Amino acid sequence: MSDAHNNTILSVNNIEVIYDHVILVLKGVSLSVPRGGIVALLGANGAGKTTTLKAISNLLGAERGDVTKGSIEFEGEEVQALSPNDLVRRGCIQVMEGRHCFGHLSIEENLLTGAYTRKDGNAAIKRDLEMVYNYFPRLRERRQSQAGYTSGGEQQMCAIGRAMMAGPSMILLDEPSMGLAPQLVEEIFEIVKQLNEKEGVSFLLAEQNTSVALRYASYGYILEGGRVVMDGEAKELSENQDVKEFYLGVGGEGQKSFRDVKHYKRRKRWLA
Amino acid sequence: MSVEFGFFLETVISGLMAGVMYALVALGFVLIFKASGIFNFAQGVMCLFAALTFVGVQEKFGLPAWLALPAAVGVMILLAWLIERLVLRHLVNQDPIILFMATIGLAYVLEGLGDLMWGSDVKLLDIGLPQGASDYMLDNFNLYVEKLEVVAAVIASILVAALAVFFQKTRVGRALRAVADDHQAALSVGISLNTIWVIVWSVAGIVALVAGIMWGSKSGVQFSLSLIALKALPVLILGGFTSIPGAIVGGLIIGVGEKVAEVYMGPFVGGAVENWFAYMLALAFLLVRPQGLFGEKIIERV
Repeated sequence: MSDAHNNTILSVNNIEVIYDHVILVLKGVSLSVPRGGIVALLGANGAGKTTTLKAISNLLGAERGDVTKGSIEFEGEEVQALSPNDLVRRGCIQVMEGRHCFGHLSIEENLLTGAYTRKDGNAAIKRDLEMVYNYFPRLRERRQSQAGYTSGGEQQMCAIGRAMMAGPSMILLDEPSMGLAPQLVEEIFEIVKQLNEKEGVSFLLAEQNTSVALRYASYGYILEGGRVVMDGEAKELSENQDVKEFYLGVGGEGQKSFRDVKHYKRRKRWLA
Repeated sequence: MSVEFGFFLETVISGLMAGVMYALVALGFVLIFKASGIFNFAQGVMCLFAALTFVGVQEKFGLPAWLALPAAVGVMILLAWLIERLVLRHLVNQDPIILFMATIGLAYVLEGLGDLMWGSDVKLLDIGLPQGASDYMLDNFNLYVEKLEVVAAVIASILVAALAVFFQKTRVGRALRAVADDHQAALSVGISLNTIWVIVWSVAGIVALVAGIMWGSKSGVQFSLSLIALKALPVLILGGFTSIPGAIVGGLIIGVGEKVAEVYMGPFVGGAVENWFAYMLALAFLLVRPQGLFGEKIIERV
């Protein structure tokens, strides 16, 4: 047991999530993130990616969601009863979809709020601020600007940098590519990879941009209709025929006729 | 300086001083509204309750004023904690209107509680603030200026400056502003909303205490104190619900406006302009600039 736990930082076991006591969103999702790994959580809109991440970080309560079954273990301990701030203190922090920077605060103030839960003194916080600026030189340039007036890419960097300021061992990153130009997406994923390699932060990454996510992740889970329908090494997944067809948009057979589309739908139903 | 201009100046100054008081009450509203989106109807009653407590502990326990002040501050913090525990915590995720209703209930509870604990008679509040006209102004500028009003203005400015430093420079102040900007994100970086609520209601309680003491030493501690909260409403509409500078500027404009209007317009319409001027001004503002002078323009996609 101890060995498995040492190598697994996060494990989600068969969780079910119900919103507002009636709407069943996750119907038994299991996944695990190895220590120091990048794991991608893929799927279309409404598949349950965000809900899964929020279930882990315990932000569901604010949206009347409830984990009704299953368990979530972070660092080998059950964490469902913890408040979001306890979890952040233990090293698991979420970067929410849509960036959610504090618009009226400057970039630097945004980053400093990330260190809110820390108790290790100003010197350490300053050091980490410097570290974040080194990874995101653009943020250093704009440190005094109000976050609300910075570009989407800068806000995404600010959100990730803010999470890094908490000194986390694990970041739940929700759709970092949203609304960004492909070049910026590449830039941000490159930094995520560096943070993973140099700072030893594990990532669970929810993405719709399957091709980019599978290039940077080592392992992937595909969610559909609140269930994990497929999982595997990132390489395997990106070579899988179904994934190629449904998520990467490469059919291999050129133009499709309407009959093929019907076929597509049928196969997709089978998958779900 | 002509007598007429001197009189005008006196009117303006006295209006400014009244405006400072309005601004203090409005400030309490803004703090809570910004941090939790709750329009706290009980803010006026909190002024009354705070002032009653301040006088009450002096009367009942014979504490000197300098001890009664921290005692009253303590009571306001305890009150903030109780409100979070008993009310806010259970109403998370409810519509703003429900929270607003809850604060109306809170207003009645506090009013009753104040009466119950300290009695409902009009109380004299005297903490030795200087009274009467300032000789200096009278001798040098031939102006009649109340000393108490000057002291009130100075104390209010110190309080506002202290709040500004607290909000801009401290870790908790930063967290408060973060919560005001984006609840969800604040939660996600590990800021506990419950703690923030206790802090912000405590600060609002302390602001209410200062406002209560100022009004109380001017006109005694009595039930009508809670009605100045109604005057804070036009102040907020004028200044914007989310802006601290707005509350201050709005307070000053209303204070000066109603005094000047009373003096110069009153004789033509049979007086009592002071009672409705603020509301008319607010109404005009609602028509022309609903977000107020400094409020955030709310852009909503539908």
